[in-house]
Amino acid sequence: MESVWEYRYLLLNGTVVTVQLAVGSLILSVALGLAGASAKLAHNPISNRFASAYTTLVRGVPDLVLMMLLFYGGQQIVNELGTVTGWWDYLEIDQFIAGIGSIGFVFGAYMTETFRGAILAIPRGQIEAGISCGMTNLTIFRRITWPQMVRHALPGFTNNWLVLIKATALVSVIGLHDVVWNASTAGRSVREPFTFMFAVLLIYLALTAISDIGLRWLGRRYSAGVRPA
Amino acid sequence: MANTSERTFWDYLAYVSENHSPIDFVLIANHLDKFLYGTLVTLEITVLSLLIGGVLAIPLAIARAQRQRGLNGAILGFTYFFRGTPLLVQTYLFYYGLAQFEFIRESFLWAPILSKAWWCALIAFTLNTAAYTTEFLRGAIENTPRGEIEAARACGMSRLTLLWRIVLPSAFRRALPAYSNEVIFMLHSSVVLSTITIQDILGVGRWLNGRYYLAYEGFITAMVFYMILVFIISRGFRWWENRWLAHLRPRPLLSTQ
Repeated sequence: MESVWEYRYLLLNGTVVTVQLAVGSLILSVALGLAGASAKLAHNPISNRFASAYTTLVRGVPDLVLMMLLFYGGQQIVNELGTVTGWWDYLEIDQFIAGIGSIGFVFGAYMTETFRGAILAIPRGQIEAGISCGMTNLTIFRRITWPQMVRHALPGFTNNWLVLIKATALVSVIGLHDVVWNASTAGRSVREPFTFMFAVLLIYLALTAISDIGLRWLGRRYSAGVRPA
Repeated sequence: MANTSERTFWDYLAYVSENHSPIDFVLIANHLDKFLYGTLVTLEITVLSLLIGGVLAIPLAIARAQRQRGLNGAILGFTYFFRGTPLLVQTYLFYYGLAQFEFIRESFLWAPILSKAWWCALIAFTLNTAAYTTEFLRGAIENTPRGEIEAARACGMSRLTLLWRIVLPSAFRRALPAYSNEVIFMLHSSVVLSTITIQDILGVGRWLNGRYYLAYEGFITAMVFYMILVFIISRGFRWWENRWLAHLRPRPLLSTQ
């Protein structure tokens, strides 16, 4: 246990990287999820087709495969695109970007399903009422859809976030110095791999516990007008 | 263009790969047997861990649902721990971590089991899926309609008979949709195997890319293999749900003739 204390800064730095990666992926996944949900709900066969192809692809392929494809293969594609269009010379896809890109892409599909269900749960009449009051689409989204959508989506969102945090462990496989990578390096050098891996497990449990508290606060805030069942 | 019909399919594939495609199809076709073998490895561990984990989960879920004193807390600790942490780290804990302890290295289990990547993966995967399955099975058991249990008691069923004939059959039915997700989730998680030197589907893909210094071929082939497996699994579960949950399907309206 003393060895873990000795390497506490290494573990702490790794944890910060893990959290940054998780938050970055979450932002991307929420953006993709909103886009995907509106594409699925739109009365447009092409966007419907695209959105279901997206969710089917993600359901079919493990996240690590996409991550490696993006990390090893994406570099080449990005540079070829740059040469063809002449928009950039060289863009580097490092482990962090590949991690955010693939985890965000995967969880965007899960968010799509969560948000779609949440939007469908809003009574149609409220939106019609908004239209008849002369609200613009943006105002309807901001004042009617969004606040209620958040409430309906929160349980699914919480679940997605908890799975997402755990999925970030995989970036250590492509070499990002996150908490798992740092801990296994330190564990190997002091020959105490079990202690260090166990410390990582506890760090993940702490992250889940903290986000549980935060999300519960958010849940109370957004269901202020609803009596608990 | 005129002689394309005379060429064999393989010539055509080689021609396309060389001139028109960023992906070398011939190389993939030549290594398909390795990918099929990797599929067997992936399926072997996934299926075994699901089977053993599923069997373990049944008594654990019953103990949780019936609030067995002492046991309930211990099982909750187990499921909370395994559900709250990444499978990758759990697998590392067993595969790299156990060697830290002298008494494990000297025990009779070390040489045949605990030093082998395959067994460590199987243990970690089994405990992981057992934890998830326990929790949703517990939910399904707790959702048994009260009246069914009262009716069974009124008929004079013993606790064991009640469990075996009333509670479990309907709980399994209710848990089936969640279980199909768990199976697909385990298949996705099995990519962890490739990180501890096992040649599963992704492992073969990584090997192919490393050997020929490629960027996409191995991963894209692995992707296609995983998609096919997920497709087959979800088809299978749909068929199974149709059989087991047939009584819940909306009934066709009586036609007015």
